[in-house]
Amino acid sequence: MLFVKDAPKENLVIRGARVLDPVESIDHLVDVRIDDGVIAELGSNLPVNGHRVLDGSGLVLAPAFVDPHVHLRTPGREDEETIATGTAAAAAGGYCAILAMPNTEPVVDSAAVLGALIEQAHTQAEVQVGFLAAISKGQQGGELTEMGELADEGAVGFTDDGHPVVATSLMWRALQYASITDRPLAVHCEDPTLSRGGHMHEGTVSAELGIGGWPSIAESVMVERDLALATYESRTLHLMHLSAKASVDALRRAHSEGVRATAEATPHHLVLTDEAVRSLDPNVKMNPPLGTGEDRQALIEGLREGTISCVATDHAPHARHEKEVPFEAAPFGVTGLETSFAALYTHLVEPGLLSLETLLERMSAGPARAYGLDVPKIAVGSPANVVLLDTQASWQVAEDGFRSRSKNSWLLGEKLRGRVRATIAAGRLVHES
Amino acid sequence: MGDLHVMRDDLRPPTTPPRRHLISIGDLTREDVERLLGTARTLERSLDREMKKLPTLRGRLVINVFYESSTRTSSSFELAAKRLSADTMSIKASGSSVDKGESLKDTAITLGAYDPDVIVLRHPHIGAPQLVARVTEACIVNAGDGKHQHPTQALLDLYTIQEQFGRIEGLHVAIVGDVLHSRVARSNIQALVLLGARVTLVGPPALIPRGIEAMGCETRTEIDAIGAADIVYVLRMQSERMQEGANYVPSLREYTARWGVTPERLRPGQKVMHPGPMNRGVEIDPLVADAADALIETQVRAGLVVRMAVLYDLLTTGPKPIKAEVPMEVA
Repeated sequence: MLFVKDAPKENLVIRGARVLDPVESIDHLVDVRIDDGVIAELGSNLPVNGHRVLDGSGLVLAPAFVDPHVHLRTPGREDEETIATGTAAAAAGGYCAILAMPNTEPVVDSAAVLGALIEQAHTQAEVQVGFLAAISKGQQGGELTEMGELADEGAVGFTDDGHPVVATSLMWRALQYASITDRPLAVHCEDPTLSRGGHMHEGTVSAELGIGGWPSIAESVMVERDLALATYESRTLHLMHLSAKASVDALRRAHSEGVRATAEATPHHLVLTDEAVRSLDPNVKMNPPLGTGEDRQALIEGLREGTISCVATDHAPHARHEKEVPFEAAPFGVTGLETSFAALYTHLVEPGLLSLETLLERMSAGPARAYGLDVPKIAVGSPANVVLLDTQASWQVAEDGFRSRSKNSWLLGEKLRGRVRATIAAGRLVHES
Repeated sequence: MGDLHVMRDDLRPPTTPPRRHLISIGDLTREDVERLLGTARTLERSLDREMKKLPTLRGRLVINVFYESSTRTSSSFELAAKRLSADTMSIKASGSSVDKGESLKDTAITLGAYDPDVIVLRHPHIGAPQLVARVTEACIVNAGDGKHQHPTQALLDLYTIQEQFGRIEGLHVAIVGDVLHSRVARSNIQALVLLGARVTLVGPPALIPRGIEAMGCETRTEIDAIGAADIVYVLRMQSERMQEGANYVPSLREYTARWGVTPERLRPGQKVMHPGPMNRGVEIDPLVADAADALIETQVRAGLVVRMAVLYDLLTTGPKPIKAEVPMEVA
């Protein structure tokens, strides 16, 4: 279900790094040898055997990241992102695998469109990429896609992301039918009759600025609805980009009743609040909108305790001219692949809100499990999917540093701590800095 | 006046000394407001003379750019600039390159090529003034940005109240109607609170924005709440901003019955203000609009002198001080 460029694998020895794998419960200084892209040995003072040596002293070696939510804009908006540039950005961000959303032009709703993407991935993808297909044809919310054929072709799961599944009956049928594929449904929870006309969270800031408010219930009532449907059908569900405290509370309740739903939160919702919108910067306009401090605290707590098991960037590239307009005229969405670790290390780990181990788990094993993918791990015999992190290094986010084709980052100009020094994805060294 | 809110992606160093803009009442201090009102008072005296034109801004260029329709704001800015001897140009979105799909950024760059000293901008979106400020060298005066701010309206309303009551501090102002869609309401709440007035918002629940109390005002849904106020400020029912099916109110008829400002709902001597244009018979009874206690025409007259004061203030105490060849009778 994951596809990557066909290329020779690496022979490497990574020396002297602090190997930190929350899944394997490893946390000590040890050398790691990679033979032909597979982790071959962990030990002290490993012989080089003619392999290339990466100096890991002072660095953390961890399982590489998995991003369950990326917009690669291909096909249709290759001016904003391509499989090549999006996966290069992922490599720079420490990712070994990313999942691409189907809200493209055309929508990924047929085996033909999906097959063409997979073919491109075989020649362009720097890191492994999986594709979600649409729940409804054209993401129009009317008829189900041919999920059986799409799953056979290689779809990782199904979503109408970008749009909610409005009709409750369609969501119900989708849950029933997707069971034949054993691939998860991922839902963008938004009641469009409540969010209509909204450009930011409805609250004191929107009241003062006069920007159309988007009430947090637009998300949480749909979360409640979809959890009720999943409970009724005894099916699992993946809730995308949660933003509201009420949504986290609803999911926690559902978990306590035995519902097997997973959820993700984005770095921007985990770091910013609606106060950021006072800048009127179109790069803090996203769907769902940034919530209050209380919402942010609930997301951090949900991530810490595992109610929310995934960090997802919701990397959403936009052309410069589309964002160089007043806030209300700008499209929703920001990039995130190349800044996610540093943003969360700086704003959650350094202030003591989240441990490094938990962050690493939520950026790698959590998303992999949510979609039934192999969990990246540092164990003999596993494919080399590892990232070398420098938690001491500070850097300033700048447009010219991005490999993504789009520059609409919410972190431009910000100084962050935590740098990805090297990424090894599917056995290939795809990024060094 | 406060500096421009620099946007995150603007990495250019600020120009020195910084240009000044009038974008939001929130950028002003109480001293700024009092200085502007004092300047307006001085300028008003000049309008009593036979020769009404002052040479103060001779050779300066003021461009009015209106992306939304306007009568009193655009006409008073134009007349204010002319009374100060500035050259003026007025651009309306309809009939311009905007109709051909030109972006605000490109339109601003085009107009910026004429080196305007001031661009007066009305636009349907918050943030438009900042965008124009980033791509031109002009001082920007916000003449209305979406539902956000209309600072010169608030200043002229303060001026009207000051002239009428001799003070603003301690007065109680009830603002009635569609606050949700009103930039006039937001600017006035900030301005009145800044100068020490008490503000009560009155209107249907869905038209009083959730959380607006954080601006320092009270909110009520019963129209009786206007009874205690010194001034009843009536907002226009902005039907053009009402999305179909949004159901903010069931009907204009029910709105008028419940929240219309009628003679029966006012005390004798309560002053009534309205930013215009009025929907007579909807939010305001014609008898109220035409009564002696209505200050609506006074507001329009105040608009001229306040806008003269704003142009004067931005251009004579800013980075490009006017040459003192013609003394100006301003305190």
